[in-house]
Amino acid sequence: MDAKEIYARLEKQFPGKVSDFKGDVSEPYLLVDGQAIIEVCRFLRDDSNLKFEVLSDLTGVDWPKEEKIQVVYHLYSYAQKHQIVLKVNLPRDNPKISTAEGIWKVANWFEREVYDLFGVIFEGHSDLRRIMLPEDWVGHPLRKDYVEQEEYDGMSTQRAPLVEKLLR
Amino acid sequence: MNETAQAETGFFAEEMTISVGPQHPSTHGVLRFVVKTDGEVINEAIPDVGYLHRSIEKIGEKVTWHGYVPYTDRADYLAAMFANQVFCMAAEKLGSVEVTRRGEFCRVIACELNRIASHLISVGTFGQDIGAMTPFVHALRERETINNLMEEICGARLTYNYIRIGGVGYDILPETCTRITEFLDHFEPIVDEFNRLLSGNKIFIERLAGVAVVSREDALSYNLVGPNLRGSGIKWDIRRDIPYSVYPELDFEVPVGTAQVGKLGDSYDRYWVRIRELQESSKILRQCLKMMPKGPAIAKVARKFKPPAGECYARVEAPRGDMGFYVIADGSEYPYRVRIRTGSFTAMAIIDKLSKGIMVADLIALIGSLDVDAPEIDR
Repeated sequence: MDAKEIYARLEKQFPGKVSDFKGDVSEPYLLVDGQAIIEVCRFLRDDSNLKFEVLSDLTGVDWPKEEKIQVVYHLYSYAQKHQIVLKVNLPRDNPKISTAEGIWKVANWFEREVYDLFGVIFEGHSDLRRIMLPEDWVGHPLRKDYVEQEEYDGMSTQRAPLVEKLLR
Repeated sequence: MNETAQAETGFFAEEMTISVGPQHPSTHGVLRFVVKTDGEVINEAIPDVGYLHRSIEKIGEKVTWHGYVPYTDRADYLAAMFANQVFCMAAEKLGSVEVTRRGEFCRVIACELNRIASHLISVGTFGQDIGAMTPFVHALRERETINNLMEEICGARLTYNYIRIGGVGYDILPETCTRITEFLDHFEPIVDEFNRLLSGNKIFIERLAGVAVVSREDALSYNLVGPNLRGSGIKWDIRRDIPYSVYPELDFEVPVGTAQVGKLGDSYDRYWVRIRELQESSKILRQCLKMMPKGPAIAKVARKFKPPAGECYARVEAPRGDMGFYVIADGSEYPYRVRIRTGSFTAMAIIDKLSKGIMVADLIALIGSLDVDAPEIDR
């Protein structure tokens, strides 16, 4: 099934919850309403024509200008050999979304990483702890406006840049 | 120990918490497990990762497109070529750059050599974890030759920075091609020797058959990739199913687990898939050396590479499975966001589930059979 058909199916099943389909890119994507993401994911996995049994990737992207954090789901179906990308926009000051752990088990770790590096709260997650950084680290490094804490556990985190020019 | 077992045996055991790692020979890098055991039986093994987190994704937002290629090497030091390739593929897709045909062949040759090297480390250290010291030395000896070949191809032995946007950094010379053929002539019988030494070894088989079985459903739900996925009997290989580069023109098999000594999806199946992939890679290499066309190794690409705004997700079949780069461009000299999705990360996520109820020694077999690589988990 090509991406356009997948979108048409979702639009029929979840009117008003999916929008902004973009099909003329290498990996077509669509926007999903944050409240409906779990129903949409479950439908995508269980429907016999869609069969998205694999969550290839789950990550975040920070867009400070638009005041939003995007959570991006890359889905793939080994049986049908098709793919789709779902995006959910969340407010930057209080990003919250339901966990997809109940649908794909691997979401547990992906979501922990997004929580750690972007500060997105996944509601209902069984073990929402930092994964890469220590528990007492301050801030979420992959946000665009992140400033590193000056000191951690008595160790300085600052160092003069080696090559000034390469830094933005 | 549950109560019935206590009543039967008369032994009373308390749960004990042990920290395996971060410095432990079987963890292949710096990672840690908090293991709760009841005697020799594991109740729970909680992976603790992040010791090697170097923010490679954040660095991507700070350096130019060309400048990021050497950083991708560091994502997985055992298979640096693949991270080079997948990032370049993403950049090429965004910037509409066409790779030269000779460049594609150079890429495939370098990648398949790298796959052999990576799998040799994997099966060698796996044998060592189980207690077989000699095969490890044999595997490293063969890998040494590949390192020499790599040095000839690109000047580096581990972090190559060989594949560039538009092609490869240096052409592969005819002398090097001859030496690769010589290596393959020598290497193919070595795989049989390796099988006599290790794969057919009774102790080795007994240690792995039926240990840590991954069902088909779990393999999909936890998104295992590469040899771990194929070990569970799912025939899925990016090279065959989402073809890229010149793989559609090449003839190779996709080995899958066959439950030949235990259950489908056990540790031995995952190991055996890797051994057979060594032979397949060698087959691919021979075809590439024969088919290699003449021409430039790299296309003309602007030094200030500025792809138009957009996003793309590129994936390749790395030794540890599907490696994906999700790259967003905003039209500037720097990538807006680089996301690296690696096979080891998802393989680690399943350890928590598989470790329940197995023996401590089997945990070591489990980690080895999944072929997790610490820097690739943490990035």
